[in-house]
Amino acid sequence: MANLKELASRPERLIGGHRLCAGCGASILVRQVLLSIDKPMVLSNATGCLEVATTIFPYTSWAVPWMHNAFENAAATISGVETAYRHFKRQGKIDKDIVFVAFGGDGGTYDIGIQSLSGAIERGHRFLYVCYDNQAYMNTGIQRSGSTPYGAHTMTSPSGKVIPGKMQKRKDLTMIIAAHHLPYAAQVSPSHWRDLNKKVEKAISYDGPTFINALSSCNRGWRHKMEDTIEILRVAVDTCVWPLYEIEEGILRITYKPREKKPVEEWLKPQGRYKHLFTPKYEHLIGEIQKDVDQRWERLQKLEGCFVGEKDK
Amino acid sequence: MVEKLVITGNEGSALAFKQIEPDVVAAYPITPQTELMHNFARYIADGLIDTDLITVESEHSAMSACVGAASAGARVMTATSANGFALMWEILYIAASSRLPIVMAVVNRALSAPINIHCDHSDTMGGRDTGWIQFYAENTQEAYDLLITAVPIAEHPDVQLPVMVCYDGFIISHTNEVVEVLDDKTVKDFVGEYKPRINILDTDNPFTFGPLDFHDYYIEHKRQQVEGMKHAYNVIPEVFKKYEDVSGRRYEYFEKYRFDDADVVMVVLSSTAGTAKVVVDELRGEGLGVGLLKPRVFRPFPHDKLREALKDKKSIVVLDRSDSFGAFGGPLFTEIRSALYGIENPPEIIDFIYGLGGRNITKDELKTAFMKAVDIAEGAEVKNRVDYLGVRE
Repeated sequence: MANLKELASRPERLIGGHRLCAGCGASILVRQVLLSIDKPMVLSNATGCLEVATTIFPYTSWAVPWMHNAFENAAATISGVETAYRHFKRQGKIDKDIVFVAFGGDGGTYDIGIQSLSGAIERGHRFLYVCYDNQAYMNTGIQRSGSTPYGAHTMTSPSGKVIPGKMQKRKDLTMIIAAHHLPYAAQVSPSHWRDLNKKVEKAISYDGPTFINALSSCNRGWRHKMEDTIEILRVAVDTCVWPLYEIEEGILRITYKPREKKPVEEWLKPQGRYKHLFTPKYEHLIGEIQKDVDQRWERLQKLEGCFVGEKDK
Repeated sequence: MVEKLVITGNEGSALAFKQIEPDVVAAYPITPQTELMHNFARYIADGLIDTDLITVESEHSAMSACVGAASAGARVMTATSANGFALMWEILYIAASSRLPIVMAVVNRALSAPINIHCDHSDTMGGRDTGWIQFYAENTQEAYDLLITAVPIAEHPDVQLPVMVCYDGFIISHTNEVVEVLDDKTVKDFVGEYKPRINILDTDNPFTFGPLDFHDYYIEHKRQQVEGMKHAYNVIPEVFKKYEDVSGRRYEYFEKYRFDDADVVMVVLSSTAGTAKVVVDELRGEGLGVGLLKPRVFRPFPHDKLREALKDKKSIVVLDRSDSFGAFGGPLFTEIRSALYGIENPPEIIDFIYGLGGRNITKDELKTAFMKAVDIAEGAEVKNRVDYLGVRE
């Protein structure tokens, strides 16, 4: 595994001058992912903030080959690129090893792109798919997605006089993807860069499809101070709202367990999208959210327990 | 070496795919395209060709994977029909606008609703503005030949546009015909090696593909795309000529049948032209000066060549196998009529919509259509310029 000095000495693949917002989690996350890869790489990117803000013609922020096709097809697109690569490699027209990585937001991955991703994984293409999950359609102006948490305010699930934000729970995409029995799936957060770096290195070592779901904040949508991005993401991990774990060759392992699980208020409070939960009318929802987080965390730990000793067998 | 085979349209197309031997094919099953891919998958399974077949989970992903593979410098082909074509729609535009020379067989089938698996042209006619070059084949021979010519046309450095070769579902796709096929080497030599200008696998020269393009550049890029289509207009006859040299079969923008001395002309695409030729012969036997014009290339539309060919005719009857709801006539009619605008004493022109959802077209119905145009040529008033053929009303 590369140490910090080595990581820092690698060339930047997403270079400065792009137009992502100050404090955007996506650019931090993408740089961490790409610095973890010490090989030639080719990227595909679903439509979204990351795509529009980095490639405003005639400029580009990408120092590596990068491709955008449409919103819902980053996985299908990279599957085409990867197939061509394997074809040319078999024919001796290419000799270098190339790593293929697709990026999509939660809209492009949980929702509109889930079919394309599921198909590409089932077909077994060798690529890493990274979902940068900021829990809503931020590029189009903060609309609810399948990843938006219960109780969160968005423009299409506004907190109103009778409805307190989104009333549905988010889907568990990481587990849905894991159900494809792919070699490697994991959850990461840029607040825990060492964990992230290790997981990316593991993912790209597998000759097959791999998946990383990365929590990423959008301070415009989450309504927090732009300098608090990493801190908010850290709180997500420490409250167990966003557990860090991996499923490697079928074996689930929680890669970080907070010494003391923080109450969910610490995650909700700094974010304006949950402001209405701190009013007398809706404050009872905080308990519901805590209950849900507790339940998911307990189940994850139980699941991990099922695999204890498995790896040594 | 030329061989004569008795094969269906789908078998003929599969054979063309095999002889072209693209690097990558991404496809999804849909009737009536399926047998094409069955045959093609069999060629791969038997080790006869070295193509990578991506068996995607939808047509949207089929075209998306084609765009990915083509961006990686691969020669790429696919095939679809109807609703599958409609599901590709978004990416059809992206393939063309990204100037990727993908070649696709489209086995024409009616669009839903109501769901129907039989032939009409509503699928590809709906896609006539996607930026793809469009060929329409009358029979298996033409489908086979046009698929082979499509490759060097699409990949020509001045063109760099995708091509779809359309043939009629079931009528051609599932019907045995005698077809003359070339040997593998002749086809291989004809299509040559594909040398893309840039490709995304060139990690030493990183390119950004598919960037955001605003009002300060977008229209210029669209304008360049139009240039590609204009270049195609000149490249298509060049490639057709080269193909004639190796195959002995002559292809042009359109085929004329008993045309030059005809006063009354039917314009019709695809397999119906075969039946219409028989009707022309029969009406000629009755002393009527009728003829036929069958366009093979719909995009780029050969408006000037058609105007020149049709300008001195007395009347024209267009047959459209798709409707254009709310428009004045079907797509072929509106294009032909527009091509004739502004000339002195233009021929009268009428349109019949026919054959939707695979409704059979009979010789008698074609005669009815011809006779209406004959009457108009002889001075009858045009009552319903756009009408329907073979419909219970």
